[in-house]
Amino acid sequence: MRPDAEAIAEQVFVALADPTRRAILGALASGGPATATDLAARLPITRQAIAKHLALLSEAGMVTAEPGERRRVRYRLRSAPMRVAQQFLAALARDWDGALDALKDHLDNSAMSADTAQEGNGSP
Amino acid sequence: MAFPDRIERTVEIAHPPSTVWAALTTAEGLGAWFGNEATIDLRPGGSAQMTWTGGFTADMRVERVEDHTVFGFTWHIFGLPDEDPRRTYVEFTLEPAGPGTRLTVIESGFAQLADDAYHKAYDGNTDGWMKELGELVAYLDAA
Repeated sequence: MRPDAEAIAEQVFVALADPTRRAILGALASGGPATATDLAARLPITRQAIAKHLALLSEAGMVTAEPGERRRVRYRLRSAPMRVAQQFLAALARDWDGALDALKDHLDNSAMSADTAQEGNGSP
Repeated sequence: MAFPDRIERTVEIAHPPSTVWAALTTAEGLGAWFGNEATIDLRPGGSAQMTWTGGFTADMRVERVEDHTVFGFTWHIFGLPDEDPRRTYVEFTLEPAGPGTRLTVIESGFAQLADDAYHKAYDGNTDGWMKELGELVAYLDAA
C-alpha cells in the first residue's frame, strides 16, 4: 500500500514526540551515520534502548540501515519523510492573518496620508 | 483529515478593488505590506520576488492575472530545501463589496506528495549531504 503524505507525516511526528528518539535523530543529523554503539557512547541512553528505537525509526523510513565497519550495522538519517512532515508545519506556520492585517493597515495608512496630502494642498 | 491541504481566509477591506489590486500586484504595494522589498513581472509565467530584512527571500511565479479580480502565484513551501520541487498555489480573489472589497486568499497544496517525493521517502537511499558530498568528490576528481 502506498502511504499518503499524512501517514508519513504522522509517523514523523510520533517519532519526534519521544525524547530518546529526538536525541538519536539529532545525533544522526549533527554527526552523520552511526552505529548503535557509537550512539550509546554519545548519548545517556543504553545500547539496548537505542537499538529498540533505531528499529522503530527504520520501520518508519526515517533512518536506513547499512553495512558499516567491522560488520556493525550503521544507521543513516533519511530526510525525505521529514520534508513531508515539514510541509504540514509550513501550513501551520503560514501567517495569513498577520499578512492580511498588515495589508489592511497599509491601505488605511496610504489612504490617510493621501487625505492629509489633499488637506495640505487645500489650505492656504 | 487532521492536516490542512489548504488555508482560506476572507476579509472585508474598506478600499475599492483597484486600490487593493495595486497593493497585491505591484512591487511598491507588495513591498509595503508583505515583504520589505519586492519585484514583480505581472503576467502568467512572470517572476516575482519578495525580500525581508534579515535576508529571507521568496521567489514566486505568477500564474493567473485577471485585472482587478484574480491574482494567483505559486511559491516554494516554506522550510523545505530550495531544490524541493513542491510548491503551494496562492490565489487572491477580489469582489466589490459596497464601497470596499471582499478579499479571499486561498493557499493550497500543503498535503501534496509528488511521485518523486514518494520515491525519495521510501525507495531512495542516497540523499542530502551524502549525495552532495559525492557530487563534490566527483567534481574534484574530474578537475
